[in-house]
Amino acid sequence: MSLLEHTEVRTDAVVRLENVSKQYGSGAHALLALDRVSLTVRQGEFVCLLGASGCGKSTLLSLVAGLDQISGGTLDIGGRKVSLMFQEAALFPWLSVAGNVELPLRLQGIGKAERKKRAAELLEIVRLRGFGDKRPHELSGGMRQRVALARALAQDADILLMDEPFGALDAMTRDILHDELERIWREQDLTVLFVTHNVREAVRLGDRVVLLSSRPGRVIEDFPVTQGRPRRIDSPEVAGQAAEITDRLRAEVARHAN
Amino acid sequence: MPTETAVAESAEVSGLDNLELAPKTDKGTIGTRIWKNTWPKLLAVAIVLLAWQIVVWSGWKPEYVLPGPQTVFTDLKDVITTGDFWDGVRLTLTRALTGFLLAVAIGTVVGAAVSRFAPLRAAIGSLITGLQTMPSIMWFPLAILLFQISESAIMFVVVIGAAPSVANGLISGIDYVPRTWLRVGQVLGMKGIAKYRHLILPASLPSFISGLKQGWAFSWRSLMAGELLVIVPGALSIGVRMQQARDLSDSSLVICYIIVVLVIGILIDVIFNAADNALRKRWGLTGS
Repeated sequence: MSLLEHTEVRTDAVVRLENVSKQYGSGAHALLALDRVSLTVRQGEFVCLLGASGCGKSTLLSLVAGLDQISGGTLDIGGRKVSLMFQEAALFPWLSVAGNVELPLRLQGIGKAERKKRAAELLEIVRLRGFGDKRPHELSGGMRQRVALARALAQDADILLMDEPFGALDAMTRDILHDELERIWREQDLTVLFVTHNVREAVRLGDRVVLLSSRPGRVIEDFPVTQGRPRRIDSPEVAGQAAEITDRLRAEVARHAN
Repeated sequence: MPTETAVAESAEVSGLDNLELAPKTDKGTIGTRIWKNTWPKLLAVAIVLLAWQIVVWSGWKPEYVLPGPQTVFTDLKDVITTGDFWDGVRLTLTRALTGFLLAVAIGTVVGAAVSRFAPLRAAIGSLITGLQTMPSIMWFPLAILLFQISESAIMFVVVIGAAPSVANGLISGIDYVPRTWLRVGQVLGMKGIAKYRHLILPASLPSFISGLKQGWAFSWRSLMAGELLVIVPGALSIGVRMQQARDLSDSSLVICYIIVVLVIGILIDVIFNAADNALRKRWGLTGS
């Protein structure tokens, strides 16, 4: 598959949020986490959500994943399947690496032989062939995140939500995992909604970078990333656009000064 | 068709993986490892024996009240070479195991029910903890009134002593399933029985095992108290034999039975620790 196919704009919306609000609690203690957020993610798109603390990025993902209820507006994912990855790999220590990847298949009632085969394929995709019999704690943080990715892929979801998945990793590992994620996204034809507070990471990965304000979370600006792929996180082009977005983000943070 | 960059990328990934995985360390042969674990224990035993011997030598009590290690170990050797003794051990261990398994069954059911239903927890949650702190010997007068001098009286106390620990182990295991795992369960769409089967029960296993371990300790203590207090005719358990030795003012024999009970306790503890350690190692919960 050529890179060009992916830079083409596709019109089919996979995730559609219109004026979505989310409020926790009620009355005087109510906290408005998201305020009339509108956002559309198209099929095959890689969208990065960026914001400072308290912008409700994670709340937004929980809503899209259906783990939480919206307070207002409309959220439409057209009944598509969603998977969510966290900052922690959160693998189950009582299962082997392959067992963790097989778990979603097991829950779907897929037979043992088929599960084994599929798990092996998924581990191959994240370049962990031969690690199936290991225990999660025997792997490094980056490897565990790849297992978590394989587990998410096993759900066969149309939309992959990622909540700062590389936040806890060192720079080198993160850099390599960016390449890996980009490759898998392209090969598996995924739609990704990726939350981060790392501006360069957002520009490195996204087709678009959506900037959210803090308390309450609102969409401030939607930056299309025009750099062709593959990109490098340390390229001048990525750095240049990251600087532009960082300025905007800083202005937003300064707004909260006393 | 793997392109040159793809190959290079793949090499980067596997290179990083190899660097990040800790190299295997040599822990020495089994023999040296066993020796490393054993010699401090042997030394401790030697110190205790020496202290004991010194007290005997000091003449604090006459020899027939406090015999020295040599006398006791000679008696112990005589005792454990009789088949009669092993019948007693078998009887005591059968009681212990039956009572413990019964306590595990009851404790598990009660623990699962309490953690599942909030009103039940409000009703008896703190009662379970209260029962745990209750000295089991306090139950014997009631047990004897209810069941007379019988096996049932002993079982009653053993079970009531151990079941709360088992229940509590399960309850706290279920309560403290890490939030991130619960979120993963949600994301994977686990509900009802599948959630218990694939997430809650395995996740609560370490706490459940410590509950079992504590439950065993309580049931073993209750059983020993029971065997001294509730002497069922014809059942020559370890406790009964010890009581008989006391009636005959045979200090040496009493100490022999103390040693036997201690050794059984230690051996069972070793088994529980082995299970606990195996689990910790499998889960990667060990410090190293």
